[in-house]
Amino acid sequence: MDKAIKRYFPLFALPTLIAFTIGFIAPFILGVYLSFCEFTTVVDAKFVGIKNYFRIWGDTTFIHALWYTALFTIATVIIINLLAFAVALLLTKGIPGRNIFRTTFFMPNLIGGIVLGYIWQLILNGLLLPLSRTLTYNSAYGFWGLVILMCWQQIGYMMIIYIAGLQNVPGELIEAAKIDGATRWQTLKSVTIPMVMPSITICTFLTLTNSFKLFDQNVALTAGEPSKMSELLALNIYNTFYGRTGWEGVGQAKAVIFFILVALIAMVQMRLTRDKEVQQ
Amino acid sequence: MRKFKKMWAILLSGVMAAGMLSACASDTGSSQGEQTEAPAETPAAGEEAGESKTAGGSGKVYYLNFKPEQGQQWVDLAAAYTEETGVSVVVETAASGTYESTLKSEMAKTDAPTLFQVNGPIGLANWQDYCYDLKDSEIYKNLKSDEFALLGDAGQVYGIAYVIETYGIIYNKALLEDYCAMDGAVVKSSEEINNFATLKAVADDIQAKKDDLGVLGAFASTGMDSSSDWRFKTHLANLPLYYEYQADGIDSTDAVKGTYLDQYKQIFDLYITDSTCEPGLLSSKTGDDAAAEFATGEAVFYQNGTWAYNDITGYDVADEDIGMLPIYIGAEGEENQGLCTGSENYWCINNKASEEDIQATLDFLNWVITSDTGKQAMTDMGFVTPFSSIGDEYLPENPLLLAANEYIAAGKTPVAWCFSTMPSEEWKNGVGSALLEYAQGTGNWDAVVTAFVDGWAAEVAATK
Repeated sequence: MDKAIKRYFPLFALPTLIAFTIGFIAPFILGVYLSFCEFTTVVDAKFVGIKNYFRIWGDTTFIHALWYTALFTIATVIIINLLAFAVALLLTKGIPGRNIFRTTFFMPNLIGGIVLGYIWQLILNGLLLPLSRTLTYNSAYGFWGLVILMCWQQIGYMMIIYIAGLQNVPGELIEAAKIDGATRWQTLKSVTIPMVMPSITICTFLTLTNSFKLFDQNVALTAGEPSKMSELLALNIYNTFYGRTGWEGVGQAKAVIFFILVALIAMVQMRLTRDKEVQQ
Repeated sequence: MRKFKKMWAILLSGVMAAGMLSACASDTGSSQGEQTEAPAETPAAGEEAGESKTAGGSGKVYYLNFKPEQGQQWVDLAAAYTEETGVSVVVETAASGTYESTLKSEMAKTDAPTLFQVNGPIGLANWQDYCYDLKDSEIYKNLKSDEFALLGDAGQVYGIAYVIETYGIIYNKALLEDYCAMDGAVVKSSEEINNFATLKAVADDIQAKKDDLGVLGAFASTGMDSSSDWRFKTHLANLPLYYEYQADGIDSTDAVKGTYLDQYKQIFDLYITDSTCEPGLLSSKTGDDAAAEFATGEAVFYQNGTWAYNDITGYDVADEDIGMLPIYIGAEGEENQGLCTGSENYWCINNKASEEDIQATLDFLNWVITSDTGKQAMTDMGFVTPFSSIGDEYLPENPLLLAANEYIAAGKTPVAWCFSTMPSEEWKNGVGSALLEYAQGTGNWDAVVTAFVDGWAAEVAATK
């Protein structure tokens, strides 16, 4: 049987491999190459070396977007994970109607980002109406608007992952802790959380990368207004690439830097939380 | 048994491969549509290539249309052409505000658009390498004047305007007459409004008496939503630019001086003060909101152009009550100023397309401006064209066009569309954002001046 698998492996893997190459590897290599080029359309690019990477630093909006995105990511990762975990704890306590709650909390995740962005724009602008202000009044409004939106969308999703994790905590362990006289807080801190560490790894990874790459919600909610002050990195790259004639290569170079950043942060985060995982 | 296993494996992998290939195939079929908000592929496009070989040669046409308002009409026209000649014509329309990005990705495809649009000299600078020289084309021969063509340094014809448009301050004649009949009205008829001071006096007075008049404000909301702020960052900004160019005797510049920015401030202040909407809420207002306010009689004035006719007709304001005033900003000699007339829609043919496709595209355009079907379609789209082949009998019925013609007949000087020389979209966005912050009170006018003057120089340097 092993032999058969080995023999037919290329045959079975080939379609996926081709799809992966066409869909991911080829565009990625092309993208990296284009970051060293000047071009109008991607098919006739002229190689110019690392010039584009120097031009990035002349663009103050990129640095601003970088800090803005970093702050946004920190805020959302903390808030989303805390709330999602809290809700998951509540909904595993056997309260009546918990399945309805779970479903309802999960539902926002099924709506697309653009639609969500516009809906929340209406809601938040409506709330700000008595102040005669809108979300684009200053970048702080846009910031918290985006945080609220992201929480609303993501908490349900992360909650499901945490619930799955919590249900896998063996009852004996909790019981043993109880017999040993552990308080509720001690049980949570020393038994439950170490046991759901894999879920925490996944959830922080997901929220971290989602927040860093956020695009649709940003476009729909504030579109970077006022004066690009609420522009996250992905939108900044998009605007550089499509909005500015002659800056296509710079946008591409930003995208490469963006990729390296996201990959680095995600790897560090994985390493950190993985270390805390325990074997059952 | 082994043999059976082998057969089974081959069969399975065959199914897998087939599934994958068909998935790929259906993917390419829909990906064209994904680019645009309202994908408008002609039914004829999908038909077999064999049919297209009948009369019109072997070429095909792919038009990336800029104007969403006319998207469906272009598709219908393309279908009519295909029926008549058998040549396949695909029309796609980019969603509002996404033309450049759509064009950028479409041009990189194997089946790139054969016919596309640029918005003037600045747009051309980006796409010049892709523009076929239209010097010997029928559409150029039918063009009334070189004024409507984008010419290269060596006399090449890179783009040809196909529609002439006019904008100004659209106003509700009935409401303005009601106002003029009121006691203490500043003017007795709309004809007295021929400078900024009078316009401001009238608007201020209407704003003060808005409840008696039954309106929400003098001007429709100055929507600064990023999809609609072009009315102010581009079209309104054209006025100070025009007067500066006039004063300096130039028609483009690398360093704008901002001589008329005080006047720009005056008119913008007027728009946001005498308005249906509080300045702080402008960022959530769109052009559609403004059109709706005007169309339902909630506002007297509304800055927009001839293309807006379809948005405002058929509601509470009768066609004969729709008029247009020049945008007065307080420059000297503006009593003789007319409406802003020009074009930012130039046809270009992709010179990277095959010989046959270029020929097919030329034939198609020629058909559009010479055949009865084509001419009628242009009229139905509401276009006033610069082509001699399309006679006066094809002028569309649009009260805004009548107003435009009246000003020309009265000997007023039309304002040129200098905004096609604005250095980049980035510059416009900078001015737009500064205007918004000024309007909602988080920024001051100096920021607008900086964005206008310094931003101009910076963008000229950045795009050189």
